[in-house]
Amino acid sequence: MGLLSKKDKGLILDPLADNNPITIQVLGICSALAITAELKASIVMALSVLFVLAMGNVVISLMRNIIPSKIRIIVQLVVVAALVIIVDQVLKAFAYELSKTLSVFVGLIITNCIIMGRFEAFALANGPWKSFLDGIGNAAGYGLILVIIGFFRELLGSGTLLGFKVLGDPIAKTGLYALGYENNGFMLLSPMALIVVGIIIWVQRSRNPALVEEN
Amino acid sequence: MSLKSTLHDLKEKYKGKKMAPAFNAIHTFLYTPNETTHSGGHVKGADDLKRTMNTVIMALVPVLLFSMFNAGYQHYAAVDAANGIIRKVSLFENFLTGENFWIGVIKVLPLLIVSYGVGLIVEFIFAVIKGHEVEEGYLVTGMLVPLIVPIDTPLWMLAIAVVFGVVIGKEVFGGTGMNILNPALTIRAFLFFAYPTWMSGDKVWVYDAVNMAGKPDAISGETILGYLAQGKVSEITYSVSDMFFGFIPGSVGETSTFLILLGGLFLIFSKIASWRIMVSAVIGALVMGVIFNGVVDAGWITETSKFYGLMSFTFWKHLIVGGLAFGIVYMATDPVTGSQTNKGKWFYGFFIGFISVMIRVFNPAYPEGVFLAILLMNVFAPTIDHYVIRGNVNKRLKRLKNATAVATGNKSEKLKAETV
Repeated sequence: MGLLSKKDKGLILDPLADNNPITIQVLGICSALAITAELKASIVMALSVLFVLAMGNVVISLMRNIIPSKIRIIVQLVVVAALVIIVDQVLKAFAYELSKTLSVFVGLIITNCIIMGRFEAFALANGPWKSFLDGIGNAAGYGLILVIIGFFRELLGSGTLLGFKVLGDPIAKTGLYALGYENNGFMLLSPMALIVVGIIIWVQRSRNPALVEEN
Repeated sequence: MSLKSTLHDLKEKYKGKKMAPAFNAIHTFLYTPNETTHSGGHVKGADDLKRTMNTVIMALVPVLLFSMFNAGYQHYAAVDAANGIIRKVSLFENFLTGENFWIGVIKVLPLLIVSYGVGLIVEFIFAVIKGHEVEEGYLVTGMLVPLIVPIDTPLWMLAIAVVFGVVIGKEVFGGTGMNILNPALTIRAFLFFAYPTWMSGDKVWVYDAVNMAGKPDAISGETILGYLAQGKVSEITYSVSDMFFGFIPGSVGETSTFLILLGGLFLIFSKIASWRIMVSAVIGALVMGVIFNGVVDAGWITETSKFYGLMSFTFWKHLIVGGLAFGIVYMATDPVTGSQTNKGKWFYGFFIGFISVMIRVFNPAYPEGVFLAILLMNVFAPTIDHYVIRGNVNKRLKRLKNATAVATGNKSEKLKAETV
């Protein structure tokens, strides 16, 4: 691959698996539990964070030499707040229903630990191109988990995927429902999202024992 | 060759192999292992984990048999009620009959088989993967599960819930003895939150009521708590003795307070379950009941309030309806998930009773709060124990300090040795 060096590739690929922000660093759990009852909301949330984190990382990285370190948190907050407001306004303008589903959680992207964490840990010390890749990688790692959780919660909880009734119609009793199958209401509740995250962490660590922490 | 030696040979053959735990489990379930220790002094005790579990199962058998008859009795009573006949229970005429028992056989036994089958398969899989012995913990859980679900629970739902309960409730914590939450209640909670329409309402407690809903000969059987939650106190036709002996609709095995009481006494007598937890839980439930009755008597709650039905329910009757008695005797006393210290058991039990009745009254959407109360206190049990132990340590430290302060000088060494 000519475009990306090996190190750059690592910036994108590491957070997808072995350094995943949610399952390994356990950051951004809040939104992962709150908005993943539907796959669509998960995808939009993932894209929003992707935009905010990638852009924010570039902006912070460009300003890294002129930000006084005493007030850097405030500067980071201003940057991330500005980007979140852009996302929020775009969603309200073009996907109003969805922005209502996501409600306050778009605004709460500001407090997503992943974003401030990457600003602090990476963008303040690296150039814009690397920071951009790092932002994309971490947001993609976050989004990947969100989509997995959203997939299972919507499929098992509502019997739909992206709104399509993939398992049949629960009221008209077609498809699986004709056999007596019922949607699992527990899947729509946040505690089950936490359990799904736990199962993903379990599967990941069983596949790669190097990730298991020493006690 | 006898079965014992066959099993022993099989065990020897598979020693060190992957499937060894599975064969060991069958072998030791039926017979004493034929290895003996060769050195050192040993205390020989018969009360191992399997014996403990079997004792609890023995205490549950009468409840199970009763529930099989009651399943049929409630069905036919509801059919009669739909035709305008009010049934009076009579033990030998219309309760202990073959047709009642047959409904128990076709409805309760499948629940039991699915519960044990699925649960033990999960246990065997984990034992084989993890390479440890199959643990006995599921023997009791598997018996409890069919007794705490509504009779018409679809079997596939039960199977999913059992897998969830055993894996998430127990195995992820490290198996029997390491779990935080009672696995049987985890299964019940999963069913309740996942499929609420099958776990509450007036259709699920009586066999066939769901199928016949909407037809001309529809039947229903609301639980007493259900009536109370809807404020339909006058519609309750059950007498106190019906409630006590258990001729009422409810989850499969929770209805007969009398048999549960016998089972509880048996468990106390055999020292399997803690009497402290049972007594304090009963006290807790009574205290909360008295408080609610007092609120009604003081006139703070009027008949228009949605809490009136349950709040005005005579306080001691809370013990004989719903799953409170069953929960207190068989679930709260689980030695793994309950408090370990004697003082802690009093607090633990008290709050189980107290919170159960509180949830009953304040959240009519959950007609039964006892499973939530026990799960909540399961989580708090280690905290209670922690403070009991800290309290004890502090008390002794203080005593030591006083002793040394009083007896400064030549006697101090001796006193210290005596008091600490």
